[in-house]
Amino acid sequence: MTRAPGGEPVLAVRDLRVTYRTGAGPVRAVKGVSLVLPPGRVLGLVGESGSGKSTVALAVMAALESEAEVTGEVRFRGENLIGKPERELRRLWGRRLAMVFQDPTSTLNPVLTVGDQLVEVLVEHEGRGPAEARARMLELFAAVQLPNPAEIARRYPHQLSGGQQQRVSIATALACKPALLVLDEPTTGLDVTTEARILDLVDSLRQRTAAGILYITHNLGVIARLADEVAVMYAGEIAEQGPVGAVFARPRHPYTVALLDCLPRIDRPPATRLLPAIEGTLPDPRAEVCACQFAPRCALAQERCRGEHPGWFETAPGQGARCFYWERVPPPGTVRAPALAKPRGRASTRPVPLLEVVDLVHHYRQAGGLTAMLGRAPIVRAVDRVSLGVVPAETLAVVGESGSGKTTIARCVTGVLQPTAGEIKVDGRPVPRRPAARPRKLRRRLQIVFQNPDLTLNPRRTILEAVARPLRLFGLVDRRTRRSAAARLLEAVGLEPRYLDLFPAQLSGGQRQRVAIARAFACRPDLVVCDEPTSALDVSVQATVLNLLASLQAREHTSYLFISHDLSVVRHIANRVVVLYLGRICEAGPTEEVFAPPWHPYTEVLLSAVPSLSATSVTGTIRLEGPAPNPAVLPSGCPFHPRCPRKLGPICEREMPPLVTTDRGHAIACHIPRADLLRLQTAAPVPVS
Amino acid sequence: MRVFVFVGRRLLLLALVMAIVSVLIFGIVQILPGDVAVMILGTSATPADLASLRQKLGLDRPAALRYADWVGDAIRGEWGTSLLYQVPVRPLVLERLGKSAVLALVALAVAVPLAIALGVLSTLRRNHFLDQAVGLVTLVAVSVPEFITGTVLILVLGLQFGLLPPSSLIDPRASLWSIAPSLVLPTLTLVLALLAHMTRMTRASMLDVLEKPYIRAARLKGLRPRVVILRHALRNALLPTVGIVAINVGFLIGGIVVVETVFAYPGLGRLMVDAVNHRDVPVIQMAALVIALTYALANLAADVVYAYLDPRIRY
Ligand code: SF4
Ligand code: SF4
Repeated sequence: MTRAPGGEPVLAVRDLRVTYRTGAGPVRAVKGVSLVLPPGRVLGLVGESGSGKSTVALAVMAALESEAEVTGEVRFRGENLIGKPERELRRLWGRRLAMVFQDPTSTLNPVLTVGDQLVEVLVEHEGRGPAEARARMLELFAAVQLPNPAEIARRYPHQLSGGQQQRVSIATALACKPALLVLDEPTTGLDVTTEARILDLVDSLRQRTAAGILYITHNLGVIARLADEVAVMYAGEIAEQGPVGAVFARPRHPYTVALLDCLPRIDRPPATRLLPAIEGTLPDPRAEVCACQFAPRCALAQERCRGEHPGWFETAPGQGARCFYWERVPPPGTVRAPALAKPRGRASTRPVPLLEVVDLVHHYRQAGGLTAMLGRAPIVRAVDRVSLGVVPAETLAVVGESGSGKTTIARCVTGVLQPTAGEIKVDGRPVPRRPAARPRKLRRRLQIVFQNPDLTLNPRRTILEAVARPLRLFGLVDRRTRRSAAARLLEAVGLEPRYLDLFPAQLSGGQRQRVAIARAFACRPDLVVCDEPTSALDVSVQATVLNLLASLQAREHTSYLFISHDLSVVRHIANRVVVLYLGRICEAGPTEEVFAPPWHPYTEVLLSAVPSLSATSVTGTIRLEGPAPNPAVLPSGCPFHPRCPRKLGPICEREMPPLVTTDRGHAIACHIPRADLLRLQTAAPVPVS
Repeated sequence: MRVFVFVGRRLLLLALVMAIVSVLIFGIVQILPGDVAVMILGTSATPADLASLRQKLGLDRPAALRYADWVGDAIRGEWGTSLLYQVPVRPLVLERLGKSAVLALVALAVAVPLAIALGVLSTLRRNHFLDQAVGLVTLVAVSVPEFITGTVLILVLGLQFGLLPPSSLIDPRASLWSIAPSLVLPTLTLVLALLAHMTRMTRASMLDVLEKPYIRAARLKGLRPRVVILRHALRNALLPTVGIVAINVGFLIGGIVVVETVFAYPGLGRLMVDAVNHRDVPVIQMAALVIALTYALANLAADVVYAYLDPRIRY
């Protein structure tokens, strides 16, 4: 089948409104959304949390709960789905209209084999016999590039990797050749190399099928990579819509511009450590709409915007925006980020490291308890002889995918885990392994910010208590000064003192993360371990939190050990980077050295995998093949050899490559000499199989 | 192969548990006031007679030795003689075990499928009449102890309407078939108690499972509701129910002692009560051991079924 754009649209949504009746009044999740999707096209629906994009996805499937009040039209090939009885919808679901959800682990049934979960769709809709359905299932599994389909089909979901699970879900959705495929954040939560391969798959699908694809995501890079059209959602409305290239090149809604601007860029060094963040929060979804919803956060807002709801303006053929002043909207990249209060104090001579990790090893047995007692659980080598150092006022980023050992390093440094071997030193002095044995002063100097702020915030304590607790603990305040000290800390993270008496649940996720940061900074620590502090946040909130970290660092000269899987964030915030694979360092050095060739082959794959707004400096597309790494069965020689696209030969399987450091401090652990790597990586791309 | 390793490990564990239980049983019997010698000779016996009998029975030896003897004998099948009935303990206990097992198995066989069916039905008709009726009845049944249920059943069905024999005072040698009518009331009492608990658990776990993302995904695959419920939801919902059934076996054993007493049914529970009343030590020890073993085996069976239903724990 060929791609047949144009023709009768597969999906036409007109003035869709979804309201949830709740105890606290009606919540307007979707407020008049219209979309058109021709066959063979990919429409990207992008928005932050609370934008209503997932509600739109469910409404398109006509699968909203009965508590939701839905008006408007959702026409699938001309047939309105709203109000259709479930009996009739069942003939469309899975056959003509199929959906793939986020988090395949929870959308596949744990007690049925994945093969059966696909076969049942064929049996239900096409009345195929078991043998015939099985044969077709194997074809479908092969079509989504699952290795060894017959073997995979017999497995249960938990026996597959996340990427394989999502392939199964996609194959199941494709089983009956649907005319409309809805993908709701299908790669969120997957590692970036896995995500890249799923995106490749979706990309190849759209070449092969005539289905219209509605792709819902929060990731602008994914939209740029896949979609033909994009619709940007804000507060239940479409702020802007049009062809992807046109919208990203010359957006006409201030929100689109702000979204593009606040993204840390992977393709160029940051001009400043601050990002143009979007201040403020989403409007209350319970309020009636009688003004521009973006007005409180919009730099261009006029009086009119606050009193009148803007209609839809055609800004170019096929492109439109919901903004009165779309002609005045500046192109992206022109908003100046605020400058840092004080220039970063950089020591010219190499200073003494504040934190040193020397030959850190962390091994553990896979299962605990009785299983370990009765059976022999394999030893997991989470971290193997890793050394790194952090100097005062710098950010060292530790990058890696799941299973790389990055979080284990953070936990060893903070004392949550005890290293099997190796040393952790602060100011050149070894630190006791057990946290209880660490002196108070040291505990004050070393703080942590988690990915999930709820780990540090007790839901039954007010913000005041949360922030003031470390101050009291280390005797820095007494009862009387506690409140004012806490208020000052909140102010430093951009929260007003009125938040002091609220409980964590009354704050948004971004605000809670700011409180967690305020708490970590309460005792003026020298080193803060940031464990994926922004990966659960929306991009606009991420920008605020990254700015906060940068300005606190400039003011307090704090060092960060920054654990992340997000290379764009790392390039933005880090002075130096360490890339981990299976518990070993494969590349390390100053950020700009690491982001420029020559790269370790793994770094190259990582950079090539990131879906980005513009092409990265990596030539060609390089994808990881082979099984997901398992720290319980380490390969011999170079740990990356089973998947390395540039594997040199048998030496990679036999010998562990040494970490070779240049005089500029850039280290790569690979048997390929540096000069050869550089030549390979700046020349022709590796052929993709 | 893995299944054998799995079951083998559980059997090892079971042996460990039984060892601990046997120590406990032996220890508790030691603490009971009065020993076997007193029991045999009566309270009027002279200290000299008692001492010589103790020596004859080996009661003057250290407890550890006597424990070792007892365990050794029990494993070899020499369970001793009942002081009360003056018959060998083994056939006595086994025969009573059989009687109780009939009662328990019939009760389980009726209660488990019925509870699952009722639990599933009430989730399907959520908040409708059936669901509310089931909810209310089971709540009452959970709160009332068996001896009251039993007594009420005797009064109403047995005495008032004379439909069924109110008591199960039966000849221990009578065939199962001939005593069937007298089994109905005790079984019914047990079924009621079990049913209530298990129905509530099935309903709760069904409701929990129906909220899961994979159920929504199954629905959006266009599967019929019957397939979604029976294939996708029920098997997941049964996982916690299996655990509940295992717990209920323990509960059933306790319940059986009460029910057997109320209905004068000659089962293991009755035997145990009589033996305790008469300080029939050999019977107490062996009956307790057999009951503990039954319970442990029931849990083992539940683990195996669980592993069969849940592919995630097959290692
Ligand atoms: S209508 Fe006004 S407030 Fe809304 S986006 Fe446009 S300029 Fe900003
Ligand atoms: S040592 Fe060999 S396998 Fe390892 S990264 Fe280098 S080329 Fe690849």
